[in-house]
Amino acid sequence: MPDKKKITLALKRGASCVGCDIAVVNFSEKLFELIEVADIVFSPTLLDVKYDDLIKMPDKSITIGLYHGAVRNSDNEEFAKIMREKCQILIAYGACAHLGGIPGLANVSNRAKIFETVYKKTFSTDNPEGIYPQTEWTDEKGHKLTLPEFYDEVYALDDVVDVDYYVPACPPTHVMNMQILNLIKGWVEGKLELPPKGSVIAEEKTLCDECPRNPGKGKKIKIDKLRLITEVEPDPEKCFLEQGILCLGPATRAGCGAPCIEANMPCRGCMGPTSRVMDQGGSMLSALASIFGVSENELELSEEDIEKFVSQMKDPLGCFYRFSLPKSLLHRVVQDK
Amino acid sequence: MSNNDDKLNILVFTCNWCAYAGADLAGVSRLQMPTEFRQIRTMCSARVDPEFILYAFKNGADGVMVAGCHPGDCHYIGGNYRTRRRMALLKLLLQQFGLNPKRFRLEWVSAGEGQKFAQVINEFVNEIKELGPSPYRKKQEVRDAG
Ligand code: SF4
Ligand code: SF4
Ligand code: SF4
Repeated sequence: MPDKKKITLALKRGASCVGCDIAVVNFSEKLFELIEVADIVFSPTLLDVKYDDLIKMPDKSITIGLYHGAVRNSDNEEFAKIMREKCQILIAYGACAHLGGIPGLANVSNRAKIFETVYKKTFSTDNPEGIYPQTEWTDEKGHKLTLPEFYDEVYALDDVVDVDYYVPACPPTHVMNMQILNLIKGWVEGKLELPPKGSVIAEEKTLCDECPRNPGKGKKIKIDKLRLITEVEPDPEKCFLEQGILCLGPATRAGCGAPCIEANMPCRGCMGPTSRVMDQGGSMLSALASIFGVSENELELSEEDIEKFVSQMKDPLGCFYRFSLPKSLLHRVVQDK
Repeated sequence: MSNNDDKLNILVFTCNWCAYAGADLAGVSRLQMPTEFRQIRTMCSARVDPEFILYAFKNGADGVMVAGCHPGDCHYIGGNYRTRRRMALLKLLLQQFGLNPKRFRLEWVSAGEGQKFAQVINEFVNEIKELGPSPYRKKQEVRDAG
């Protein structure tokens, strides 16, 4: 139980699409229930506040801070640290803060290549002198201007600061927000204990475990062709993988309420992996490989034949780590000989 | 694993029934083999989770080989059919991560193929020597330093 009847809440974004701010608005009428127990003291999207207002607040004066977005530049890191200082409890809210999220896919590239594409090669860019963003610039009159440093790779929130809780998904769904609301309310009213530090506020099972389309334990799925969701009209009741459509359910944590499956779209894995595996991509890779059917002429197949067969899976890295590349075992793409 | 640039980290997974026995035979036959590799025995090549290999590269492996029974010879009938699909897909993934495809290798070695084991291990170690340390070693150092 907190020491006051009403707690305070702050929302800060890093490398975010702001969808996570909108997810908070998606509390809809329940937002009033939240406001009954919590004063929102800082949120650039919802309130007329300045960064200085946050900086001036005393340390640990905010009860709960929600940080959404990844850490892509020095400004994101600086404010992650400020949030850590000002908040008693810091929550990584949404896939980007949790695992790097969509911005984390930039880890297939690096700063030099990104700058070259954006500031030189794009069709609409005219930059014959090859001027790239500088972190500092002084004009003739001595006025100094600064820009944050763009990092070589993208990080998740807990790569730069200590994080108390994680709320996954891109963005956290209404079901999940209601779970947080009940937790916060229960805690403020002294009825609920907070979960252990480091918890991911969701389920420990995989999405398949909870999916109504799950063909059932023991039933072996076997496919010989992968189909793109854009090419077929998926059966609205049958398991996507059974239909040969990539679905990240076997490698993804449950708890989102499966809104995508309900809308007849396969899961893309935004909840991240369960705590039982080290790497969402490795886990999905095993799951997919095990349903690629063994053929009758298996003994005649060479490793090249098998490689050709599995290469139906286009862009495994992008599909298996769509939301978790910075938190995968290898973090990013490298250059080898 | 070692972070010393001169010392290579080469990992070889061998299945208990075929590849391990093949490696053993290569040893008792006193075939010439490099000393730069470390072997991990699993009951079946299908026990080698792709995550183990990603984990090995994360922790500084410069090359990883998975060796199992020839198709049709698996002690557990079809374990290696799964292995070959997984490893083929993993190969694509590792290439996307930027690793030179020579750093990862799948081989079938039977219990009687001591000669073949010695040959592939010689080849593999030489290839890794030519490539040198994996780029993931340096990346990891930078990240660990903050
Ligand atoms: S998690 Fe999704 S909605 Fe939230 S900031 Fe990232 S991309 Fe946007
Ligand atoms: S693979 Fe997808 S559709 Fe099939 S059971 Fe799992 S979550 Fe449901
Ligand atoms: S079904 Fe998959 S992609 Fe959709 S919200 Fe849940 S975890 Fe995310």
